[in-house]
Amino acid sequence: MSANNDSIQKTLLVAVLLCLVCSIIVAGAAVSLKPLQIANKEEDKRRNILVAAGLWQPGANTAELFEQISPRLVNLAEGRFANDDELAQIRAAGLNPEAYDQIKAAKLPALSQRLDSSTDIASIRRLEHFAEVFMVYEDDVLKTIVMPVHGYGLWSTLYGFIALENDLNTVAGFGFYAHAETPGLGGEVDNPNWKEKWIGKRLNNDSGELAIEVIKGEAPRDDAHRIDGLSGATLTARGVNNLVRFWVGDNAFGPFLANLKHGEI
Amino acid sequence: MSAIKTALTDPLFNKNPIALQILGICSALAVTTSLQVTLVMCIAVIAVVAFSNVGVSIIRNHIPNNIRIIVQMIIIASLVIVVDQILKAYAYETSKQLSVFVGLIITNCIVMGRAEAYAMKNGPVPSFFDGIGNGLGYSIVLIVVASIRELFGAGKLLGYEILPLVQDGGWYQTNGMLLLPPSAFFIIGLFIWALRSWKTDQVEAADFKIQPNTVNSGGH
Repeated sequence: MSANNDSIQKTLLVAVLLCLVCSIIVAGAAVSLKPLQIANKEEDKRRNILVAAGLWQPGANTAELFEQISPRLVNLAEGRFANDDELAQIRAAGLNPEAYDQIKAAKLPALSQRLDSSTDIASIRRLEHFAEVFMVYEDDVLKTIVMPVHGYGLWSTLYGFIALENDLNTVAGFGFYAHAETPGLGGEVDNPNWKEKWIGKRLNNDSGELAIEVIKGEAPRDDAHRIDGLSGATLTARGVNNLVRFWVGDNAFGPFLANLKHGEI
Repeated sequence: MSAIKTALTDPLFNKNPIALQILGICSALAVTTSLQVTLVMCIAVIAVVAFSNVGVSIIRNHIPNNIRIIVQMIIIASLVIVVDQILKAYAYETSKQLSVFVGLIITNCIVMGRAEAYAMKNGPVPSFFDGIGNGLGYSIVLIVVASIRELFGAGKLLGYEILPLVQDGGWYQTNGMLLLPPSAFFIIGLFIWALRSWKTDQVEAADFKIQPNTVNSGGH
């Protein structure tokens, strides 16, 4: 090959041209495939809501199954469903209450607040004013309620759902739909055997204190509140523990669950 | 035509990138617990090797020698991102299971090895088939490993039950070790042993010979 390939001009020219071509290809692929990817993510999220609620059947149509679920918006601070003024407030901030993007809401100053470090045990920094809950009714009686949870693990924020039975205390299902923990270690939060251990655990003990906890090592059999830790994933398990305790606790869904339990809403 | 045929078939057994050159072992351990995930990974690797070979080959006469590795990396990395985007759009479930390993195709030694060893010296068409051939060579090993691991580790193939499991009332007790990464080492080792027993010219000459222990001990 000719020696002039190694001249500075040629080197720069090849580098710039190559980067230009490659960036156009990459950007083209990313932009043109984006709608499909978003649809996939939405479908995956809905499927995870159904799985948490125990309604998922393999092979069934997600959209059809999802008709059993009524999404509602909750005012977290006051522990009640959002009223019309608040829905207007969400619209004014540029979000659609019918397809509420809670992750985006947490980033908007109008729809969220900073958490101080003492309450922010899940390391999420900002808490949205309104959260979406998914109610499953059977003959007009509440059967299951699915609540979104998120928080920091070891490397990433984990996004998931926790479902409660109609006593609003017993876990009916739990799982994450997005995270970037280490596959095989922290990624074991997706292990079906581990997720199954959550089912039937109770959030609060008999005196009403928050008792659910992921412990290090193995929880005793028939323990009503504690869940086995994940070996090789101490920090991820701690993150899961914190985020669950945060979201069902007094600073997030706690007041709403209490009001719902006493039939005040 | 025969050059293309050799480029395509040689890497299958005669110059298998995993068995002879021992490249790309890392991903072979990670993505072979189930056959379906493995097949998607194989298609992704074949596409990346083939098209990165073509890309490198087309501009091979203009690549400045000083930055040739970076140039190859840019081409490979761009292709991997495109493949990752396509998987996220059309095979979302599998792409979630493959997670980081699609991105790690960038560091798969086979891709860069072929770009540097073949595509830099040959035209686009033979390079394309060399890429397909090496991708297939990688795929053969991965598919063998994945079939063994999924069949004996989970009693299934492509998610369909083949061996009825004890816990479902059948007779087969799963071998959990096969679902863990070390088992892939054993299977690849046995595969290489079988291949080299068949094609004895692949056996490497020993680097050194271990001497017998010396009998006389008079140091003290």
